[in-house]
Amino acid sequence: MITLTLKEQPAVPLEAEVLSPDRFAGLRHDEVRALPVYHGKRRLRLDDFFDIEGDCSDDVQIRGDLSRVKWIGRGMTRGRIRITGNAGMHLGAHMKGGIIEVSGNASDWVGGEMTGGLIHIRGNAGGQVGAAYRGSVSGMNRGTILIEGSAGIEVGMRMKRGIIAVRGPVRDFAGLQMKGGTLVLMGGAEIRTGAWMVRGTIISLKPIRLLPTFSLACTYHPPFMTIYSKHLQSLGFTVPYDAREGIYRRYNGDAAVPGKGEILVWEPQ
Amino acid sequence: MLRITGGKVYDPTNNVHGEIRDVCIANGRVVAQVEGGRTIDASGMVVFPGGVDVHTHVAGGALNFARGLIPEQHRQAAAIVRDNIRRAGMGGTTPTTFATGYLYAGMGWTTVNEAAVPILSAKHTHEELRDTPIVDKTCLVLMANNEIVLDLLEAGEIERARHVVAWNIWAAKAYGVKAVNPGGVAAWKWGKDAKSLSEPVEGYKKVTPAKIVSGLARIVDDLGLPHPVHLHCNNLGAPGNYTTTLETMKVLEANRAHMAHLQYHAYGGEDWFSIRSEAAPIADYFNAHRNLTTDAGAVLFGNTVTITADGPWQHLLHKLTGKKWANLDVENETGCGIVPYAYKEKNLVNAVQWAVGLELLLLINDPWRVFLTTDHPNGATFWRYPEIIQLLMDAEFRREQIKGLPAKARERIILPDLDRQYSLSDIAIITSAGPARALGLSQKGHLGVGADADVAIYDENKDIARMFAYPRYVIKGGEIVIEEGEMRHSVEGREFVVRPTYDEKIEEFIRPLFQQYYTMSFDNYPVEPERVHGLQIANCRLPK
Repeated sequence: MITLTLKEQPAVPLEAEVLSPDRFAGLRHDEVRALPVYHGKRRLRLDDFFDIEGDCSDDVQIRGDLSRVKWIGRGMTRGRIRITGNAGMHLGAHMKGGIIEVSGNASDWVGGEMTGGLIHIRGNAGGQVGAAYRGSVSGMNRGTILIEGSAGIEVGMRMKRGIIAVRGPVRDFAGLQMKGGTLVLMGGAEIRTGAWMVRGTIISLKPIRLLPTFSLACTYHPPFMTIYSKHLQSLGFTVPYDAREGIYRRYNGDAAVPGKGEILVWEPQ
Repeated sequence: MLRITGGKVYDPTNNVHGEIRDVCIANGRVVAQVEGGRTIDASGMVVFPGGVDVHTHVAGGALNFARGLIPEQHRQAAAIVRDNIRRAGMGGTTPTTFATGYLYAGMGWTTVNEAAVPILSAKHTHEELRDTPIVDKTCLVLMANNEIVLDLLEAGEIERARHVVAWNIWAAKAYGVKAVNPGGVAAWKWGKDAKSLSEPVEGYKKVTPAKIVSGLARIVDDLGLPHPVHLHCNNLGAPGNYTTTLETMKVLEANRAHMAHLQYHAYGGEDWFSIRSEAAPIADYFNAHRNLTTDAGAVLFGNTVTITADGPWQHLLHKLTGKKWANLDVENETGCGIVPYAYKEKNLVNAVQWAVGLELLLLINDPWRVFLTTDHPNGATFWRYPEIIQLLMDAEFRREQIKGLPAKARERIILPDLDRQYSLSDIAIITSAGPARALGLSQKGHLGVGADADVAIYDENKDIARMFAYPRYVIKGGEIVIEEGEMRHSVEGREFVVRPTYDEKIEEFIRPLFQQYYTMSFDNYPVEPERVHGLQIANCRLPK
């Protein structure tokens, strides 16, 4: 195991895409310490900001308030990063595999354009979780993002495959231009959920305000809900039994695009 | 002072084809002899005149709009990190200004022609060209949808139209005249296009695309501009458009003309499913008519972004592909559309396009009249030219590539039957000597005494694409820019501009029209000569 402890929070954000098991692999302790990070326009060493203990390992533990440390786990393919504290923007962006766990909050763009792996955040997340970066055709394409707290705007924007589950409330435009995949909203959402969605599934366990371009199709029990809930349970994310086996109202949309997406809203009995 | 010794020199203008001889340079020019100074040993290398790009889009409002539209492509682009020589920048499909200069020079190209400038964004264009280092530049001003010019053609006032065009060229500090989809972009302002050469343009009674084409070609020749009218024909990209192209070439019989990116104008078939190559009839007609020059506008497979003043076509492309689209309306002058695009080898239409570009380069038998371009960035980015050179020089490699095309596409093209291979001399012609001659830049594209000392020196290598992608030395204006394959020095480029003669009183005619129809004040419109960095006035031939 390799443990990094932030010495003090940097005044301007630190770009630290080297914080990844892939980059640490095969490096001696002193080589890890010398890895480059960008502080503003200055190129500095990793050990200018972190106390580092241990040798190269797929198990990386990072301690401290990293809310100004960006790009942690960027493009990682394997191993595990455990963050005790908060994480900065672009956590696990372009991630392909492995696990990232955060005990505190994460900022915007968690898992942006990720293609595999698991990100589990115990606190709140910012906006654009699993989203497409500006200009890109699609966002997250496979992989799982679990958020125990709340999340910001544009969660799952243009996502193509994979699951995002949020226990707390999310803000506007969840599932904006969604192309596929599953978005589980356990704490409800603000307005314009599923706007311009083409395909994919948004599940809400709370009543939400729908756009007029979504129309009611039917009320039913989706059998996949049982299977998905069991899968999420195995990752340490519990869906209440009532919701797992419950009845949902199914809305089709977004007819403005026109799209073949669906929004399922739980009807507690 | 500099002497390049021991290299095989290719200087087709002066009838030198691979002879081992010295090239001597002093004061930025090629000279007969130098005493002392530095010597470059070019043994085992080939010595070319610096490349000249006759048709590219590297600066200005439209290109900058495209840069803004494709952040997703920038994220994949190669970064140029600032060092003692280079400014920071980015490569990719629409390189930044400084990077454009470094990338062209890094390939051995030393002169580029920015092919589409509306007068309204000419100031912006010249500012960007100023920041495009190393290469020398020219630019062409868009005229074929300028409503003041079209109104004069409608009224039959060709004499006054000539003065207006000449005034516009100088106002834009341009080098020549570009015509894009004549009449079609004006019609686009009504939501229409101009698909037939002989039908009046929307909003006009008499003006047809044919009249615009022949009118502008005549005006350009009468003004004695060094470069003929630079024409992007009607019906670009549409299946069956080769008939329009043939008709256009017939309309041009009495004048000189440069047919831009001919690949996009040589398709048969009725729709996207029946599209086929009609490069053969186009090339036959072209071979028989020596008043014409052309550039290939070749396509290579991969991601790019399409940029053109041809607004209606870009709207169609957006509808066809579902990709994002940006449209610019440039007041009374022209339009512009941007659509990101990916050419795919397994796509029937793209495969035919890829073949047509190469077919034209191989079927047009006079290399002095067909030049290497990709209509950057429309067909592919300019830094991929070495890949096309390899396809032209190596028929075996070409046949291998053809095998990757869909079977249906292979029935629609004649490329598999073409065995012609370009020699190094031919490559020197289509990349340098030919385009320089077509642009009327007598000091470019050759290594004779008095020529600008723009030289590219390549290692002789069986891997042709690699050889041309990484020159060993590049010399621009006598300064060594690239040495041992590495950039050692950056110099500033110049801009060539023409000042055709016109009646000064024409301003009295344009001013009231301008004040009535334009959003900007007349006095702010022309580009001041001080704004053009390294301005060089090129000579017009004496007007008839």
